[in-house]
Amino acid sequence: MNFSAIYIIWEREIIRYWRDKIRIVTTFIQPLMFLAIFGTGLRSTLASSSLGIDFLKFMFPGIIAMNVMGVAFFSTISTVWDREFGFLKEILVAPVSRISIVFGKSLGATAIAATQALLLLILAPLIGLSFPLSIVPELFLFMLLLAFTISGLGLLIASLMKSLESFGLLMQLLVFPMFFLSGAFFPLQNVPGWMKILSAVNPLSYGVDALREIILRTQIAPGEIAKIILRSPVENAGYLVLFSIILIFAAVVAFNRQN
Amino acid sequence: MHGVHVAPVQFRVSRHMENVIEVKNLVKKFGEVTAVDGVSFEVKKGEIFGFLGPNGAGKSTTISMLSTLAEPTSGSAAINGFDVSENRDDVRKSIGLVFQDPTLDDRLTAEENLRFHARLYGVSNEDYEKRVEEVLDLVELKDRRHDLVRTYSGGMKRRLEIGRGLIHYPAVLFLDEPTIGLDPQTRAHLWEYILRLKKEKEMTIFMTTHYMNEAEYCDRIAIIDRGKIVALETPERLKKNIGGDIIQMKSAEKEKLVREIKEKYDIGAKSGEHDIVQIEVANAETFLPRLFNELDTKINSIEMRRPTLDDVFLSLTGKRIREEHASGKDDIRAHMRMRGR
Repeated sequence: MNFSAIYIIWEREIIRYWRDKIRIVTTFIQPLMFLAIFGTGLRSTLASSSLGIDFLKFMFPGIIAMNVMGVAFFSTISTVWDREFGFLKEILVAPVSRISIVFGKSLGATAIAATQALLLLILAPLIGLSFPLSIVPELFLFMLLLAFTISGLGLLIASLMKSLESFGLLMQLLVFPMFFLSGAFFPLQNVPGWMKILSAVNPLSYGVDALREIILRTQIAPGEIAKIILRSPVENAGYLVLFSIILIFAAVVAFNRQN
Repeated sequence: MHGVHVAPVQFRVSRHMENVIEVKNLVKKFGEVTAVDGVSFEVKKGEIFGFLGPNGAGKSTTISMLSTLAEPTSGSAAINGFDVSENRDDVRKSIGLVFQDPTLDDRLTAEENLRFHARLYGVSNEDYEKRVEEVLDLVELKDRRHDLVRTYSGGMKRRLEIGRGLIHYPAVLFLDEPTIGLDPQTRAHLWEYILRLKKEKEMTIFMTTHYMNEAEYCDRIAIIDRGKIVALETPERLKKNIGGDIIQMKSAEKEKLVREIKEKYDIGAKSGEHDIVQIEVANAETFLPRLFNELDTKINSIEMRRPTLDDVFLSLTGKRIREEHASGKDDIRAHMRMRGR
């Protein structure tokens, strides 16, 4: 592990992100659209009563988790860009271990995705949601953990992909099922067994569950929340750590294999 | 990488202190194809060593092996006393690399690119602050240091890459076709920097090129063809080996001319394309008048010149080096760059 190398690779990701103002703006627009159009549309047809909470509030933590995933994935695309434009070669010939490269890259994506998710919390009042600031550190911790896990997955895919086109295609194929099977739109308590299995291998499910528990436990009675929550935050954290270790390890192996 | 790994010869730093690069019987096979076929050479400290050959001759593959990017199939190579298979990180620290294709981040400024590189190579902050001034001075990019690289011209980018390759003070700088894709003026300018580097820093430079006129700048040249070194000499000696001056004649009756020259002077003339007949003579100035007086075959035009490395290459390999065209992928890349990604 070379911390100086990890730091400079991390910093480059941040600089590039900060310079791309359009990217910053668009990642705020997407969750707004989901809340305004998707949320409002579904609320009017869905019986919110069975959730024990307003549908928009139910969906809000899921939207944040989805944003973490989207931004973390998008940030790891930079690896594919780097290969396409030759910069990856500059990194690969340096006297730096592959594990440092993977850590630098994934921590860069983690910082970007988690920070952006943190900023999304200011949208809460728009849907009539207010919560004590004391839960923010806990929320941020899960944002970081989820972002790190997803960036590991993104890096793994990026180092297996030969071209930008195939990376984009695979992302499309992956993002929507992951999103829909995460429990962001509906509780996973009463879904059929096959769906339960699929959502169990989906790291996003654990992020959604954790963020939902932390935000909504300030809104409804403890008895009610059990209906829409699957696991305790500690359990969710455990699963996310497990996922991140596996995915980062796999990404390092994949990185080692190429070249 | 291919698994065959022959135990490397252990080079000791003390044995050949003056040799920065030592290569012995280096072989690289890709399946059935042998890209590099038993290459051996040494490069001394402060030398500009040129690898000259057409595309696909094995130049870039050799650089890949010397820079630890590819594992040799057999044979061994040492840079700065470090074996390329055994001490990868030490080799990597010992070399600066400028690739054929640009490897800069054009969304960063020149200085950010340099800082990134310095950190990766473990250059301390203090050293970096000093060296960045020095390097930017050398490649004359000081006034543009805070500009994004995407605003740079092709020549400026190449200069920045050379500067970047120097910032960790490598023992040897590898330049893989450093002037490819640049216009002749920029190319000449770039050579000024490379020669200054040699003079001021006593930098050892290993370069590949397929431009004959560039090879003339080298102290020694290895001519490589189909993975093998066919000659290794100074440019002057290589040219001398070709036997003096070259006279080229154009005649509609080529065969007759060749026969006549053979009979009268006992010189084996080569007949080339487009009615061209070529002979090599020790002294063209005194030989030309004789030709005018004594030849019976009709000649349309005549030309004399000193031998070039192109002639050397032709006489050694029986073919000319052709200028390459950008591949399709390069075109797309250039296009995407123009669109700003």
